[in-house]
Amino acid sequence: MDWIVILQAGVASGTVLLFATLGEIFAERSGVLNLGVEGMMLIGAMSAFSVAVKTGDPWMGVLVAMLAAGLLSQIHAFITVTLQADQVVSGLALTFLGTGLSLVLGEGLSKAGTVALLPAFSIPLLSRIPLLGPVFFTDQNVMVYLGYLLTPMAWYYINYTRPGMHLRAVGEHPAAADTLGINVYRLRYFYVFVGGMLAGLAGATISLAISPGWFSELTTAGQGWIAVGLVIFAQWDPVRGAIGSYVFGALRRLILDIQGPQTLLWFANPFYYNPYWGFFLQMLPYAFTVIVLVLGSREAVRKRLGAPAALGLPYIRGERGL
Amino acid sequence: MPDFALPFRIKAEPRLDTPPVWYTWFVSFLAIAVALFLGGIVIALAGGDPIRSYIHIGKASFGSWGVFSDTMVKAIPLILVGLACTVAFRMKLWNIGAEGQFFLGAFGASAVVLSGILPEDASRWVYIPLMMAAGIVAGALWGFIPGYLKAKYNVNEIISTLMLNYIAIAWNNFFIFGVWSEGGFQMSKTFPRNAWLPRLADYAKEFPALRGLTTHLGLAFGLVAVVVVWYVLYRSRWGYEIRLIGDNPQAARYAGVNIRRNTVLVMMFSGALAGLAGMSEISGVVHRLQGAISPGYGFTGIIVAWLAKLNPFAVVLVSIFFGALILAGREIQPSGVPKMIQGIILVSLIASDYLLRYRIRIIRTTQEA
Repeated sequence: MDWIVILQAGVASGTVLLFATLGEIFAERSGVLNLGVEGMMLIGAMSAFSVAVKTGDPWMGVLVAMLAAGLLSQIHAFITVTLQADQVVSGLALTFLGTGLSLVLGEGLSKAGTVALLPAFSIPLLSRIPLLGPVFFTDQNVMVYLGYLLTPMAWYYINYTRPGMHLRAVGEHPAAADTLGINVYRLRYFYVFVGGMLAGLAGATISLAISPGWFSELTTAGQGWIAVGLVIFAQWDPVRGAIGSYVFGALRRLILDIQGPQTLLWFANPFYYNPYWGFFLQMLPYAFTVIVLVLGSREAVRKRLGAPAALGLPYIRGERGL
Repeated sequence: MPDFALPFRIKAEPRLDTPPVWYTWFVSFLAIAVALFLGGIVIALAGGDPIRSYIHIGKASFGSWGVFSDTMVKAIPLILVGLACTVAFRMKLWNIGAEGQFFLGAFGASAVVLSGILPEDASRWVYIPLMMAAGIVAGALWGFIPGYLKAKYNVNEIISTLMLNYIAIAWNNFFIFGVWSEGGFQMSKTFPRNAWLPRLADYAKEFPALRGLTTHLGLAFGLVAVVVVWYVLYRSRWGYEIRLIGDNPQAARYAGVNIRRNTVLVMMFSGALAGLAGMSEISGVVHRLQGAISPGYGFTGIIVAWLAKLNPFAVVLVSIFFGALILAGREIQPSGVPKMIQGIILVSLIASDYLLRYRIRIIRTTQEA
């Protein structure tokens, strides 16, 4: 096994999780838990692929995917922010809706054939750095590089800019933010929309870059849910979210590749000789998500870290909040 | 609010009283009607004929006793998983893992037959109770894991139950593809007749009217479970604790209710019901362990519980409705229609909750000036 290749592919596959995780961090930082990530990713993946097939332009596909998923997210925003309904159930409903809609609208798309994909290229100087170069900067998709840019931008935006401070205020203490003249409702709508667009971008990244095509629900295979878990592990911090996403991406790749070779570190590879054991490998990302949550919650208790204080609570003007 | 030049304005006031029962039902029906309308628009956009699709769903699921019996077969697992979700949701415990618990229940029941602990010709009175017990235990175990993690480490149960769904499916696949694979096919061998739940059609000799009716004993499991869940939730001390935690965990804690213990127990109870659903499906319908044993029953159960407003008796009615949707939906093109309609129904149902919490008033504004 070529470890460099696995890590390289892992970074690519982690980029999908990264976009979805960043999006959910924005939504949750504003106080809105959106469990519809999986559904929005499916809508994104389906519409990106569909538009790319029709127009021949993958960038058009990316744009439409982000708008479509963003639009879907506004249903959640309307139900939870304006109608003040339970965010958990509404998010679940959004996933059902997104899954069903993408199946109906994506009917027959799996046989659409090949399509122009998003370009991959190497970064001239950076790709020559030993070890890091081949893993992060060689033959990666443009989306992977976009991920490198978005992570520090998101981190800086949330922690060090004025709108970022408003975002945190709305998620931590909406009533206080309201008295300062910040429009809580509008900001929550906006960041749910940002979350939706990033989930759509994640979907488009799957169907037009990482594993091209449309394979009904199997396109995402629960990655949207893993992203929701990663947000908790990341403690709502984009940089930790990125690290978690890349580790998970590498794990996903490793599972695919580990069953290939006959020997593994000089021993006979049990997964090669017993292919059914591969099902236990398939469990790993999901089991790992649960383990990560256990570790994350213990750390959170120790360091007294926590979710945005108003996460999951509707803000009703004029009522005593928190 | 922006200024619209309308002769009236709509004002929403918080409702202080609980709305009457008929109004609750009316709002639910309204939500379903709106959902079907919106679903129709999407079907039309996707190139289908919505009216014909809906008529087809109606005919293919309620058109005769035969198809109604098939609808009931689909409703059985929905009743059980719907109850599983009802129990957990009543405590505001988001068990999204009924699907995984269903698969584990099916696995447990199959293990009784396929592991060879019973002689092939063992009596029905041995097989079926043992399979039920194994399904219930396996489902409860699968519910115990997220319950324990929540109680001990405060792990978000939505994520953990969902992840366990994927793990359960891979676990079953390991046995279907590997251990119990029959001649290289992705399924186990067929169970012996005594491991099948009796069907109405089995009594066609005595009662000719029952010929061809596929409804099986699982329906009785479901109906008994309805009464059990109702009794537990609304007539027992434990149920009082569950409801108290669900409504006000703070008050429950002050009252000395052990929230952690109840978290684990309720998740196990919920998992047990979903596991029984898996057993009933495997023993009553499929008669072997194979991959595609569920068109997402565990997830539909969530919608069932919500639409039934966590009322165990209403779960039965709602399950029949969704059973019809799943049964007839199999033949409708595009194939994602039932899933999409379920999604739209849940969305419009949640939105409609607003009408229960707020009184909408239309106020004339023309006279004001």
